[in-house]
Amino acid sequence: MSNDVLIRLENVTKKYGDSDAAAVNNLTLDVHRGEVLVLVGPSGCGKSTTLRLINRLIEPTSGTLYLNGEDVTSMNPSLLRRKIGYVIQQVGLFPHRTIAENIATVPKLLGWDKDKIADRVDELLDLIGMDPETYRGRYPKELSGGQAQRVGVARALAADPDVLLMDEPFGAIDPITRDRLQNEFLRLQQDLKKTIVFVTHDIDEAIKMGNRIAILREQSEIAQLDTPEAILADPADEFVENFLGSGAILKSLTLMKIADTELHQVPVFKAPVMRDKAIETLQDSEDSTSILLDADDKPLRWLDLAALNRTSQPIEKSGRPISVDLQPEDTLQDALTAMLQSSVGLAAVTDRKGKYLGCCTIESLAKLLVEQGAGK
Amino acid sequence: MDFLLSLWGYTSGRFDQVGQALIEHIAYVVSVVGLASVFAIVVAVATRHNVFARELSLAIASVFLTIPSLALFTIFIPLVGLGFAPSFIALFLYAILPILRNTVTGLDGVDPSVMEAAKGMGLTNSEILLRIQLPLAWPVILAGIRIAAMLTVGIAAIATLVAGGGLGDFIKSGLARLPLPNSLEAIWLGTILSLLLAFAIDMALKLVKNVTISRGIR
Repeated sequence: MSNDVLIRLENVTKKYGDSDAAAVNNLTLDVHRGEVLVLVGPSGCGKSTTLRLINRLIEPTSGTLYLNGEDVTSMNPSLLRRKIGYVIQQVGLFPHRTIAENIATVPKLLGWDKDKIADRVDELLDLIGMDPETYRGRYPKELSGGQAQRVGVARALAADPDVLLMDEPFGAIDPITRDRLQNEFLRLQQDLKKTIVFVTHDIDEAIKMGNRIAILREQSEIAQLDTPEAILADPADEFVENFLGSGAILKSLTLMKIADTELHQVPVFKAPVMRDKAIETLQDSEDSTSILLDADDKPLRWLDLAALNRTSQPIEKSGRPISVDLQPEDTLQDALTAMLQSSVGLAAVTDRKGKYLGCCTIESLAKLLVEQGAGK
Repeated sequence: MDFLLSLWGYTSGRFDQVGQALIEHIAYVVSVVGLASVFAIVVAVATRHNVFARELSLAIASVFLTIPSLALFTIFIPLVGLGFAPSFIALFLYAILPILRNTVTGLDGVDPSVMEAAKGMGLTNSEILLRIQLPLAWPVILAGIRIAAMLTVGIAAIATLVAGGGLGDFIKSGLARLPLPNSLEAIWLGTILSLLLAFAIDMALKLVKNVTISRGIR
């Protein structure tokens, strides 16, 4: 990541009315090109206000705003906003417009020609994993919460802005979908390399999403601004420590990817399975559990000896089903959750197409944590 | 049955007159509702950021609706004379409130997060109004227009008292000749035609609704 500054807030203050207390007090903040900077803090600390100062939905009382080195404090705010993607918690899709029309909003304002807009809409729908044929003509009311926010992100990306502002984008989404959206988003960001300012009140989300995190206290004062690793390892003061809460080690799991660990190989079987052979193989191995794969190498079920010995059932029906879908780019926290859920202490990892790669074990996880601790 | 026959007999003798009265009545509804819609929407839009002005305009529009129709139709005679003009003014003043009220409600009812997103993407205030707010408020506005249209069909029958014509002509002449032959028939004819007209206009507006309201908010 290069360190050139794309967005700079300089001595920015925002006061409401005549009150002495400022919502944002003399804030200076640099956002580097290509990074995800997370603003996190307790509610009322001014993090959303700070975000909205950047696209001037809130005008500063004093101070200067630079975008790409250019003073944009007095630029026409509508023109400024067309250069900056904006995603909010409530999504705010236009209910009377189709998904395609929603995504096309800014390109249309910028006067792109029709064909270019249509191509871009399809490209973005593909990017967020929604089939253009199916979803182009649908209306927002026909989408689930997770799909709506995907479209919200696509709409913000439509005119390919350098900057994306996201105000608790996944805050109103159920935990499972939120996790998936976060992972998808990180995957997207790897390719897109946008400059993103991301607001959340959730420290775990901040640690997961941010290249750098700014922990804010009241009046948007920066308590600590650093990489998540550095903040977890060395909180600047008591406020930051309290805000991080307990379990910093567990939180650091969200910083590590499954790809960082060595995958363990348990015996695998593919249908049709010869029962005797399978039992023999499993007994000869050091593992107590094996995995049944389907014809495409997709893991289906955990098979232990008891399951293999239960002749009353076909092998395809015995053992416990593997329901969680983990990939190397998922975090170790996801892996830990999956292990705890699976009841065999293992988590099966697949590639993006669902092909089995190996297993994550508690041992490999512990080993990594110990190494991390020793490294610091 | 006898009465229906005599009603038919009465009607069939004067198709010219019936057509004339219908046209006059329809002219009232179309001109009044059309102009009142434009006026009320403009007022609602112009006062949307000013609570005082908005409440004031609603209060004035409400006052008009409380004035007895007989009085409102006659008040303007000294200024504009008899006939179409005083009737038009009275009906226009009546029709404002439902449309104004619904337009205000409709504009208010637009989801703030939709407005925030629109603004955040760089739509100007007038673009937000024309592309987001009014289209989203349109179903509610149109409901107000339908109420105004029904109201106008009913009250336009009073226009006959200031020589304004319309279907009220039959009702008035029937009333004046009670209980002579054909008097009840005249009253019924005026009433039934008003009802049918109201029904037809409502159907037409329903069609407008189906054509103009986006599938996304139906």
